[in-house]
Amino acid sequence: MGEPAIVVEGLEKRFGEVPALDGIDLSVDEGTIFGLLGPNGAGKTTAVRVLATILHPDAGRAEVLGRDVVREPAAVRRRIGLAGQYAAVDPNLTGRENLRMVGILGQLPRAVIAPRADELLQRFSLADAADRPLRTYSGGMRRRLDIAASLVPKPPVLFLDEPTTGLDLTSRNELWDMIRELVREGTTVLLTTQYLEEADQLAGRVAVIDGGHVIANDTPARLKANLGDTVVEMDFADDALAERALALLGGDQLGTVEREHRTVKVSSNRGAHVLVDVLRRFDGDGIEPDTLSVREPSLDDVFLALTGHRAVTEGGDA
Amino acid sequence: MSVPAVETSMDVALDRHIPMGVVRDTAAIVQRNLIAYRRVPQLLVFSTIQPVIFVVMFRYVFGGAVSAALPAGVDYVDYLMPGIFVQTVVFGAIATAIGLATDMKSGLMERFHALPMARSAVLSGRTLADTVRNVFVVALMMLVGFLVGWRIHTDVLGLLAAYGIVVLFGFSMSWVFATVGLAVGDPETAQAASFPVLAPLVFASSAFVPIETMPPWLQTFAEHQPVSAAASAVRALTLGGPAAGDVIASIAWSVGLIAIFGTISVRLYRRAV
Repeated sequence: MGEPAIVVEGLEKRFGEVPALDGIDLSVDEGTIFGLLGPNGAGKTTAVRVLATILHPDAGRAEVLGRDVVREPAAVRRRIGLAGQYAAVDPNLTGRENLRMVGILGQLPRAVIAPRADELLQRFSLADAADRPLRTYSGGMRRRLDIAASLVPKPPVLFLDEPTTGLDLTSRNELWDMIRELVREGTTVLLTTQYLEEADQLAGRVAVIDGGHVIANDTPARLKANLGDTVVEMDFADDALAERALALLGGDQLGTVEREHRTVKVSSNRGAHVLVDVLRRFDGDGIEPDTLSVREPSLDDVFLALTGHRAVTEGGDA
Repeated sequence: MSVPAVETSMDVALDRHIPMGVVRDTAAIVQRNLIAYRRVPQLLVFSTIQPVIFVVMFRYVFGGAVSAALPAGVDYVDYLMPGIFVQTVVFGAIATAIGLATDMKSGLMERFHALPMARSAVLSGRTLADTVRNVFVVALMMLVGFLVGWRIHTDVLGLLAAYGIVVLFGFSMSWVFATVGLAVGDPETAQAASFPVLAPLVFASSAFVPIETMPPWLQTFAEHQPVSAAASAVRALTLGGPAAGDVIASIAWSVGLIAIFGTISVRLYRRAV
């Protein structure tokens, strides 16, 4: 494999007094998908902006394919594609015109621009809408075109900043397939996301980022190992009742059981079957939760497990 | 420790150099901005309807009252139209501010920043596109002028020189308002912030009325500012009489403004995103 495609060491960036990145280290192998997982304001977007040469770091260093983002920004720009959560495309141009413009600005030779644009329109199922101004596109279509635009110059490294935020399930799954296909062809992808599921589905390795720090860096499987695959969450009328439920459910046969105020959470590896066990134990004692939900582990659960506190979403997105 | 990158065939392909890249990048941005004018005609309407209203208002409402203050033998319409041409390109330059602020807010500027394109192309592509628009809008206003009785008392050469003075001045105003747009970074604020900049320039000038009736302190300002300089140059070139001094003054203003605000806006662009 040789040198990693992306190397980040001790990266710091502050906005005024607020540290957005407080000493970040990362290493991304070539031809893999790396996930940056964290809540809004954790520093994910700031990290991507520094790597894409848009922001200057205050300290530390970052390299893309051996090129330093501060000393050789022009060389870095020739090796990267960037697609953001705010579709950065010209609403007055057609899909085709947008892609061709990026082809010119990406310094592609004239002869290859038009065929490359056609190829991407085809691949992202936008051929029928190719000659309509982007204003008429749906949110999912715009997002696809945004990603297509980032691919026009065939960049070996691709940054995707929350690529599926705000997309419906179908569009999201289509996008996931496209990302997987790119990686099969050899592209290195660094992707930010707020969804544990997305990191789990796509990334071979995930860094969990909180308040400008990397608080975990592992494979998704190991991050989820002590979370279980199923979470049962219940709210009770008061703390005392919740404490009684905790006592009933404890004993390690079900999985990890935690209480936070009136809420009790069971994380288990036994699939939906755990629900039957939970209800059976309650039935014997006659207590009933006010609400009950069964779900997959979320970013919040990872955070709670890693930090002991919930993911705090700060205003704005840094 | 940084290991020097090994040149591979991929590197050679990625680092290829396109000859005249700056020109190519700028042309792509000019084209993109002109397409917007074609697809969103409201943008053009704003920059033509408003000066037409001014022509009608000043020519027919205020004109009678103003003509008393004019030198003998000069028709107000011949005095007014050069001012209208200049005012048209000043108001039109707000589009430069709004356009750049829109690109900043939408994230398009970020995409441009991450592309290996000429840094200058985003700004010059915008100001040049607005200059191309001015070429059309000023020609249109000249037509409107002929319809309301404006006449050229010199020759075709004078008219062409006047046309050039107005377009050059419009280009310099685009750089002034590029600075405004990049400084505020939001289209609504850009529009609001532009008016206090252009109102004193346009109204405390010789664009619509002779400055002799203004109070002395205002006269001093009105006499030494770029809108008056451009209006005087265009007037001299279309009314007749000595024109060289006014023409040189107007060109000097335009070149100076381009140099100053070009530098400031490029600095702002490098930091903004």
